[in-house]
Amino acid sequence: MIQIIRSRRAMFLRWEWLLVVLIVAVALINTRLSPFFLNSNNLLRTTSDFMELGIMMLPMVFIIVTGNIDLSIASTLGLSASLMGWLFMGGWDIWLAAGIALLVSVLAGLLNGVLIARLKLPALVVTLGTLSFYRGLAYALLGDQAARGYPDSFTFLGQGTLGTTRIPFALLLFAVLALIFGLVLHKTTFGRYLYAIGNNEPACHYSGVPVERIKISIFVLSSMMAALAGFILAARFGSTRPDIGTGLELTVITVTVLGGVSIFGGSGTLVGAILALLLVGILRFGMGLVNLQGQVQDIVIGLLLILSILLPRIAGRLSAGVSWRKQTILKTALAVTVALLFGLFFFWSRALILTQ
Amino acid sequence: MSAPQPVLQVQHVSKSFGGVHALRDVHFEIMPGEVHAILGENGAGKSTLIKIMTGVHQPDAGELFLEGQPMRFANTRAAQEHGIAAIYQEPSLFPDLDIAENILVGRQPISRGAIDWKRMYQEASALLQRLGLALDPRTKARELSVAQQQVVEIARALSINAKVLIMDEPTSSLTQHEVADLFAIVRQLRAAGTAIIFISHRLDELFALADRVTILRDGSYVGTRVMTDVTTDGLIRMMVGRSLDELFPKQAVPIGSVVLEVAGLGVEGSFADVSFELHRGEILGMAGLIGAGRTDVARALFGIEPATAGTITLDGKVVAIKRPDTAMALGIGYVPEDRKEHGLVLAMSIADNITLPIVASFAKLGWLDTQRELAAATASATQLEVKMSHVEQQAGELSGGNQQKVVLAKWLGAHPRVLILDEPTRGIDVGTKAAVHALMSSLAAQGMAILMISSELPEILGMSDRILVMREGRLTGHFSRAEATQEKLMAAATSA
Amino acid sequence: MIAETQTPARPQRRLVQAFVKFREIGIIVFIVVLAALVSLRNPAFLTAANFQDIVLNISILVIVALAQTMVIITRGIDLSVGSMIGLTAMMVAYLVVAFPGMPPILAIPLGMLLGAALGSLNGLIIAGGGVPPIIATLGMLSIYRGLIFFYSQGKWINAFEMPPSFRQLAKGAPLGVPNLILFAIIVALGVYYFLRYSRTGRDIYAVGSNPDAARFAGIPMQRMIFRVYLISGILCGLAGVLWASRFEAAQTNTALGFELQTVAASVVGGVNIFGGSGSVLGVILGAFLLGIINNALTLVQISPFWQLAAQGLLILLAVIVDSTILRRLQRITSRKSRT
Repeated sequence: MIQIIRSRRAMFLRWEWLLVVLIVAVALINTRLSPFFLNSNNLLRTTSDFMELGIMMLPMVFIIVTGNIDLSIASTLGLSASLMGWLFMGGWDIWLAAGIALLVSVLAGLLNGVLIARLKLPALVVTLGTLSFYRGLAYALLGDQAARGYPDSFTFLGQGTLGTTRIPFALLLFAVLALIFGLVLHKTTFGRYLYAIGNNEPACHYSGVPVERIKISIFVLSSMMAALAGFILAARFGSTRPDIGTGLELTVITVTVLGGVSIFGGSGTLVGAILALLLVGILRFGMGLVNLQGQVQDIVIGLLLILSILLPRIAGRLSAGVSWRKQTILKTALAVTVALLFGLFFFWSRALILTQ
Repeated sequence: MSAPQPVLQVQHVSKSFGGVHALRDVHFEIMPGEVHAILGENGAGKSTLIKIMTGVHQPDAGELFLEGQPMRFANTRAAQEHGIAAIYQEPSLFPDLDIAENILVGRQPISRGAIDWKRMYQEASALLQRLGLALDPRTKARELSVAQQQVVEIARALSINAKVLIMDEPTSSLTQHEVADLFAIVRQLRAAGTAIIFISHRLDELFALADRVTILRDGSYVGTRVMTDVTTDGLIRMMVGRSLDELFPKQAVPIGSVVLEVAGLGVEGSFADVSFELHRGEILGMAGLIGAGRTDVARALFGIEPATAGTITLDGKVVAIKRPDTAMALGIGYVPEDRKEHGLVLAMSIADNITLPIVASFAKLGWLDTQRELAAATASATQLEVKMSHVEQQAGELSGGNQQKVVLAKWLGAHPRVLILDEPTRGIDVGTKAAVHALMSSLAAQGMAILMISSELPEILGMSDRILVMREGRLTGHFSRAEATQEKLMAAATSA
Repeated sequence: MIAETQTPARPQRRLVQAFVKFREIGIIVFIVVLAALVSLRNPAFLTAANFQDIVLNISILVIVALAQTMVIITRGIDLSVGSMIGLTAMMVAYLVVAFPGMPPILAIPLGMLLGAALGSLNGLIIAGGGVPPIIATLGMLSIYRGLIFFYSQGKWINAFEMPPSFRQLAKGAPLGVPNLILFAIIVALGVYYFLRYSRTGRDIYAVGSNPDAARFAGIPMQRMIFRVYLISGILCGLAGVLWASRFEAAQTNTALGFELQTVAASVVGGVNIFGGSGSVLGVILGAFLLGIINNALTLVQISPFWQLAAQGLLILLAVIVDSTILRRLQRITSRKSRT
């Protein structure tokens, strides 16, 4: 019996091991590409690019595990940072402004949570609506100004390091939060409830699990973490424009799913999500080292996301039986042909233009 | 004139799934214009046989003959094209499409290259009229009742000129009235020459409708009989291998004080004015047809859909139950009707399922003591003799009977003073059924109060100390164990 | 007989039908009220020129929202539409600039072909590969957007580089009405006809309404789902060409975030996010409402920054209203079957 449990746990961790292998592989490649990679200062410095992502990713794991989604996090980030900036420019103390912005983020999360948990509206559409709504409010507050001139005590959040080390404060903050979220997800009743809800919500209802309360709380948590990420981002830039953080929700969701958290809910680990964050981090770092621009890096990340789900499925089907195998090969061939033809035209036309 | 040929024949058919034999050398045949019932316990192989006839599965051995020609259906489409149609317990229509489209999906009439909606509605109307359903074919399927949806499915079968219509437990969600209507349609189809395979475990229905019956047990063919030549007891013996009485081991238990008192309970739109008492050590049976409102009463007591009128009193104290966790805290447990959807989280382990309602009790400040939890779950599962490889196995891998045991283990762990069981032995093999009944008796002996909802009259009569009957949202009968008979219960369940 | 149990259905069915029609009428009423309020503040609102302006502004949205609607009906979603528009716009614009002799009308089939390639990749990954639509199109969103940058090396194409004949593609009005609007009308009619009068179109509804029953009925699921994403790609290709023509530019951030607007137009238009239902008229009205709000805010001199907030509120409102109507519907029908 112990053997069976052990092998189950081994399977359970398989995705995470794959991520570790990929991380090591990318790290090795990066080291060969550039001597600057294995420099602890550089590494620590690049982590600061990802801490906001990481902080927002932690509650996203909770939300996706329950089978929901929160597309509004980047907008809540923008709203909180903009509100704080707006109040600050109006003369308020920065910390008071941040406190109020945090409070507003709680309200934002409550709106999401109540609409989704109590009115039972689909999370995708609700958070799509609040994505526009909250971002719109951010724009309405700051317009085309930027809030700037934050005091050093505040910018420490995003730019400061601990004592004489080069460890960014944001990294430490993320590490602590990650530990807390991880323990909650994997070692507490709350975490158990999350997995149960993601697997079969009606059965949870029938078993006395306080489903509504739990769902509302994870959306509030998500908005609060988004606000926190907003403060750190604003502190890092030293200024705030209302479009701050636009599009980050997509990366957060990408990293979470890449981390093995099923979009359908009910499975996935926080460790996996953190590993995925690490993978994406050093991948981007490496790509930056070879001067690949940001948007081109996005191609790699997008491919990684799709392949991470596609390849295991194809592998599974190839070994499932002759008819499956034939179909799979056919479809793959078709996809590759289309991609090739498109690619040929892409490069041909581009070359044509560049020589003009 | 030669003897008429069977329209569908199944010979020496066997099928296994992963080493488990679902069917072993089974025979079946049906003549045109015949209603032929298939009878058997859950797990006897009925649904596998149906799936082979409708092209969902291919037999491992044996052959099918359609009007004398050997046949192999590669998929459901092929079976349909050859005139084999099936309707199931839960109608499977397209809720957003209208009746006409549901009937003619994929075969909409075309004129001048475009779908001819006018003709489609005409064809649909004609079919509906033939079946006595005078509905506007423009009605969306989601607005129909279950009975009406089934008629639409039959209309669909007619529109493909089905030679064989398979009806798998079609009456379990219908009221008495609707069942009568359905039977009229079946008789009409029979007169027109359609062969109808009818699967039901309600023996009274078989006696009313079927011409012949084939019995399966444990995947094997037991026999085929003409309905007029058999008795209920005879059928049961063929199905089960034992006679009726052995199935309900009810002990006599001293009845204690009143623990639950319900007065004037009602949920708007579902039921009204329900009042009864439940004593410690008592098993109170709730009989009635599907839709009578019994499950709604249970859900009101458990807080899933709280009562809008009346009072609930537990051990003398009036309580308001608006949510399931309140009900649980008050000591009420509910084993729901739908085991897979509401009773268990199939993807989680047996242990996690057993501890779900009380998982907080294994935690200090939220931190789970998984060792203690696992021990408790293992003890519970062993006590109920759940057949599993180990307690961390996925609940979804267990058989129906063992899954029900896990659900029971779950609620026993919560130590309720009132346990509501909703169709506790539905879809369970005979052996586990007896075990569940024995468990119920021993729980009652230990002082638990049990409210048992069941649609199986023999179970109600065999296990209950007292019996309540509901009909269309009201209590229509109250009987003691001694005075209750099947006829009295049926009467209270069906007529005013 | 069964007719008896059906009698309660009649008045309730009329109620329900009223609710469904009400949905589109509801939007129309909303639009009329809004229009009245705005024209009180600024009479310039109710002019033909302004009306044409609104319709012009939503033409591309209508085209792409109809594609998005078909995808949503099948229980999917296409988050890559913005990127597909941007990529086809950029590629076509470059080619038009590189070959000024090419008749600009060729740009249309070219764009649609490119879009078809992109859409078919989506379709293969989702229908063939079984990747959930939200993930697949999320990934493709990044990939296609990245390809725009890679293609153009970050450079943009501006108005003065484009041959005037290309610019006329969308803005020219040989028939009195700007071509862009005509394109939108043609697409709308085409989609309407497709969804209502072709078996494939009806299959789309079936697939979304009950996938298991659809499979059982022999509808080729994978092919169907592939088709809707292919169509989405083709319409995005068309939209890309029209976008480049209309705005006389192709930029790396062309149509960035546009997918949200298409989902908004669909949801406001009554398309059920769970699949199975949605009407062409509803989507057009939804897009129209969004267009009016944008237009109105400018005319009433409310900062355009409130547009985004207004769009968000509309989505929330639409979804709340839909769910309360649906909930009432369910209570009516469940009460019936309970007897």
